[in-house]
Amino acid sequence: MGASDFANLPHIGESVRRKEDYRFLTGAGQYTDDVVLANQAHAVFVRSPHAHANVVSIDVAAAKAAPGVLDVFVGADVANDKINGLPCGWLITSTDGQPMKEPPHPILAQGKVRYVGDHVAMVVAETLEQARNAAELVEVSYDVLPAVVDVGAAQKAGAPSVHVEAADNHCYKWAIGDKAQVDAAFAHAAHVTKLDLVNNRLVPNAMEPRAAIGSYSRANDEYTLYVSNQNPHVERLLMTAFVMGLPEHKVRVIAPDVGGGFGSKIYLYAEDVCLTWAAKKLNRNIKWNADRNEAFLSDAHGRDHVSHAELAMDKDGKFLALRVHTDANLGAYLSTFATAVPTILYATLLAGQYTTPQVYVEVDAWFTNTAPVDAYRGAGRPEATYLLERIVSRAAWELGLGQDEIRKRNFITTFPYQTPVALQYDIGDYPACMSEAQKLADVAGFAARKAASAAKGKLRGIGYSSYIEACGIAPSNIAGALGARAGLFECGEVRVHPTGSVTVFTGSHSHGQGHETTFAQVVASRLGVAVDAVDVVHGDTGRVPFGMGTYGSRSISVGGAAIMRALDKIEAKAKKIAAHLMEASDADIEFVNGEFKVKGTDKMVTFGQVALTAYVPHNYPLDKLEPGLNETAFYDPTNFTFPAGTYICEIEIDPQTGETRVDRFTAVDDFGTIINPMIVEGQVHGGLVQGIGQALLENCVYDKETGQLLTGSFMDYAMPRADDFPHFEIGHVCTPCTHNPLGTKGCGEAGAIGSPPAVMNAVLDALSSVGVKDLDMPATPHRVWQAIQAAKA
Amino acid sequence: MYAFTFEQPTSLSGATQLIAAGGQPLAGGQTLLASMKQRLASPEQLVDLGRVAELQGICQDGQALAIGAMTRHADVAENALVRQHIPALAALAGQIGDKQVRAMGTLGGSVANNDPAACYPSAVLALGATVHTNQRKIAADDFFQGMYTTALQAGEIITAIHFPVPQKAIYLKFIQQASRFALVGVFVAKTAQGVRVAITGASSGGVFRHKGLEDALSKSFTPEAAAAVKIDAAELSSDLHASAAYRAHLISVQVQRAVKQLAG
Repeated sequence: MGASDFANLPHIGESVRRKEDYRFLTGAGQYTDDVVLANQAHAVFVRSPHAHANVVSIDVAAAKAAPGVLDVFVGADVANDKINGLPCGWLITSTDGQPMKEPPHPILAQGKVRYVGDHVAMVVAETLEQARNAAELVEVSYDVLPAVVDVGAAQKAGAPSVHVEAADNHCYKWAIGDKAQVDAAFAHAAHVTKLDLVNNRLVPNAMEPRAAIGSYSRANDEYTLYVSNQNPHVERLLMTAFVMGLPEHKVRVIAPDVGGGFGSKIYLYAEDVCLTWAAKKLNRNIKWNADRNEAFLSDAHGRDHVSHAELAMDKDGKFLALRVHTDANLGAYLSTFATAVPTILYATLLAGQYTTPQVYVEVDAWFTNTAPVDAYRGAGRPEATYLLERIVSRAAWELGLGQDEIRKRNFITTFPYQTPVALQYDIGDYPACMSEAQKLADVAGFAARKAASAAKGKLRGIGYSSYIEACGIAPSNIAGALGARAGLFECGEVRVHPTGSVTVFTGSHSHGQGHETTFAQVVASRLGVAVDAVDVVHGDTGRVPFGMGTYGSRSISVGGAAIMRALDKIEAKAKKIAAHLMEASDADIEFVNGEFKVKGTDKMVTFGQVALTAYVPHNYPLDKLEPGLNETAFYDPTNFTFPAGTYICEIEIDPQTGETRVDRFTAVDDFGTIINPMIVEGQVHGGLVQGIGQALLENCVYDKETGQLLTGSFMDYAMPRADDFPHFEIGHVCTPCTHNPLGTKGCGEAGAIGSPPAVMNAVLDALSSVGVKDLDMPATPHRVWQAIQAAKA
Repeated sequence: MYAFTFEQPTSLSGATQLIAAGGQPLAGGQTLLASMKQRLASPEQLVDLGRVAELQGICQDGQALAIGAMTRHADVAENALVRQHIPALAALAGQIGDKQVRAMGTLGGSVANNDPAACYPSAVLALGATVHTNQRKIAADDFFQGMYTTALQAGEIITAIHFPVPQKAIYLKFIQQASRFALVGVFVAKTAQGVRVAITGASSGGVFRHKGLEDALSKSFTPEAAAAVKIDAAELSSDLHASAAYRAHLISVQVQRAVKQLAG
């Protein structure tokens, strides 16, 4: 079925209420901590209080003797059992042809700790209280070393080395684009705009902290790991093949209800392996649930880039070339996808929505004594969008052009479009997004609103951002050529039951996105059954054939497409059964709204009749067709999808206090086909809140001397709250994706990608009248006030 | 959290006995329980004051309002007497924390804890309130003695706070965006004895009165008079969220705005 036929089916484009919300809202959700197994013990991790130290000795005698303690595990136990370190899933090759530096990432410290929160020991006891008490009795003697926490300090000569395998803290130097062509373009540019900027480090803070239960069955020598995770099959693959050396079929990973991930639950973490490993050693089920403090310290953080960018233009503001250098902080160890974020997922997006013919990007990645940094909602694409959209607005101001005008002059308008940084955009309509956004934002009324603000002593500014992202990752062959150590297809199984109800098994994972509703709509619309007759099963390697999980806004475009392929097979087989029942030829069968008809006749059988016949094959072509109606499909996309849009933000600033508020925000997105507008709107709202949160509130700060996390709780790390935001004006343009059967592009990350530069451009527009030309995120009142003071001086 | 025992006395004398014997008083628990969960506090016995009748209630006491120590923030915010006589105090209580905090947190607990960024101490100090305990009465000016430090002795618990009704008063809070405690909170009160200005959130020493602002505003209760007072940043705190210079600036701006609102 093609995308345009699909979009016209019933239930597609309908705001069906979320099937999963009843259980969530009535407290019936089943999160990892709600799973209580018999014979369950509790684990507590002893974590490093130092950013960088040699572990001189660990005395576990008192802890082992404490009441209720089953055992205490340290790095030596890991080494004795030959448990490997955690692998990195993406190999980046440096410009000199050398592979990136991959120092070991042990699950319990091997003689050295490298960030505050690094795992030193695991205490297992009968109760959580006993495990906590015993953890306090583990005596660790540290020889504290100097620490580096930022990319500036990490690359200084003589800086402390985080790893002996990378004495200069350098993980890789990577580049994309044609440097010579870019340099040539700069040589004859009429104008060059330059910009230095910092993409601030963020802490993901999913509502449900990470949690896991390791379990082992002696009866069949099988492990089960319950874990709050976004992709259980990948977790299992990494843990079995790379870390524990177990056959995959002996490990089942279950990610039950998961309370948010935002990227931070993609990865294989040390705790998950420790619990699985110890479950067999102790023959006990072992539960661990992170507290919020552990989440701040040990969840993989996001962003943390320092960049310099230069944009060359002709006299009319037409972009000629972009040159970028970025230093990326990877933290103390390479998390699962850490190395792909500042490279593949970042630099390839720096053409943006523009016809810039030449782009050259160079990235240096560094180890520091901080928590590992990895993908966080948007993953590389927010960093690219922030850089590009900031420099484009700055160029407009320098040239005396409108922020909208400079974008319109450079928009790509013909498709497919091959960028100079590897991607080929299949389709889009960037001018339409711009004009729809300008209309919804009432740009025409801005001048009057600015005057009204001025009358109150306030400064008002307007900011634009025209983002693009590459989603639906990814064609496995392209990902493989770029260094991915896994495929990136998706799997779907459609099981039609004898009574016509349907269970769908998907390798995608829902941790708040509403798959149980959206995917059910897809199936219900195809088979002509009620949405309530379709259940979606996900998050269990024991029930779902395979899967690559949810991240990169890939669920509907890759996971949904796999289900569509399985539905194609279901439909083809069902037609044959229907043909047999109606004594017609297969080719004459039409399937519409759950009814099979013989073309040109009034003969008809229902989907339910066909389903029953498939399982009660009394009158059935058994010589030509197997009984049953259960089909599985794997789908590997042929290209990325390219959601894009234009966001417009209006900011009001109190210049006396620096207080900065978003007054209006308009988001116009092109997500292609929209299946459930309500769920899409929810995703956009969530993304906007995280993006605006990055721009105005959130900032993860480590002490430069001690490496202590200064923003280690909600007392110091400003999470956005509902009253920090105005009403969001949401609009859509639709150019269906050309290469998947749904026409969808993905919507989960757009808000977080497009909004930070819109906010900061608005802040800078507002502050231009008081002489402020530059400001880094987050634009807190304190920073805004300081910038105003500095401009006055 | 470590294990502890839990007592719920129903009389002040019962509570006093338990506390004298070493029990840790528990008011609304909005600081203490969080500290215990993080194992930063480890009392062996908690003495819940929530059922002590003598610590409850709001009433008029001549020209003052007497508010029981165990009165929850939400009750102060919504109380008709407080809203009528000291609306600034009701407004202050309505801005503390979030709804959950206001449903549990108490006046006595906040004042006894004396967090340097808490809101209530500024009202107690600016209004010239009197802190009543199970042993004595303490003037506000003698009560606050630095960060998390008060005149309370071991075994002494606050029973009520008596707030004289001012001619006019206002509390303006500039929030620290993460905690939403006061980054700088200013409580300006115009009383028969003159103007009192208390500042919270700005100094690691905790809440303090600003003599310069009080003198200037007692002479001329105008924003201009406040603006002319130089705020010395030297004694203010500087941290992740704000420099001392910014805090000094915010004190000046907030007091000017407070005076303007009261005058208007």
